[in-house]
Amino acid sequence: MTMTLIADAPVDVDAEGFLTDPGQWNEQIAEAIAEGNGVPELTDRHWLVVRFMRERYLATGTAPTIRSLGKESGVPVKELYQLFPKGPAKLAAKIGGIPKPKGCI
Amino acid sequence: MTELLEDTHHTPAEPKTIEKVSIVISKGSLEGIYPGLIMANGARMEGIEADVFFTFFGLDAIRKDRSAKIKVATVGNPGMHLPTLLGAIPGFSALATKMMQRQMEKLDIPPIPEFVELIADSGAGLYACKATVDMFGLTMDDFVPQVSDIITVGDFYERAAGAQIIFT
Repeated sequence: MTMTLIADAPVDVDAEGFLTDPGQWNEQIAEAIAEGNGVPELTDRHWLVVRFMRERYLATGTAPTIRSLGKESGVPVKELYQLFPKGPAKLAAKIGGIPKPKGCI
Repeated sequence: MTELLEDTHHTPAEPKTIEKVSIVISKGSLEGIYPGLIMANGARMEGIEADVFFTFFGLDAIRKDRSAKIKVATVGNPGMHLPTLLGAIPGFSALATKMMQRQMEKLDIPPIPEFVELIADSGAGLYACKATVDMFGLTMDDFVPQVSDIITVGDFYERAAGAQIIFT
């Protein structure tokens, strides 16, 4: 775990750049992480997914699977992969300031 | 000569990440199909390009009439830790399948037809093996709509250029 500056805010991140403390997150941080990970602009659809991931994690302690993301976030699987080509669950977690999802599904 | 010797020390740089996988699913039991599907889905979740090639009884995973009826092999499967005769009792395979499905549902692992759809929606290519299709007398009409094409093994290798091939 290392401390780094994202969008001028000091945050703790793991080796892959996931925030380790979701409490340090804000929307500017989300935009900065997105830009650095191949998502130059966060649209309303991106935000829908990012907020869903974050809320689900904060409520349950685990990030949702790609299956429940596709069924319950309001964004279908095909579109999830268009929004986050490098992996929707992983990237939305990173942008949403929650730890990397641990599940296999 | 010195140059030649020096050249043997030269090793090409290994790529740091896997960019593409081509997964072969060749078995038609529940435990034969799921690992390949989980690996394909997992690849896409990591942003890795993925193709899935279904061959022999693995085709059952994408057959309209069979994909919802895949069963655990309770006979000839030492992993079940059951006497073979017990595994052969009518209905036993269905029961074991039901129990395993319940466990998978708890982990949010989809049933096979839904999983195939999820993987196709994630952008992976799904292909049926031509040799098997011809052998079983099947056509595209026998497969779920997510199947992109029926291809030869040569086409498979062509599509797999630069990929890691995983046989299950």
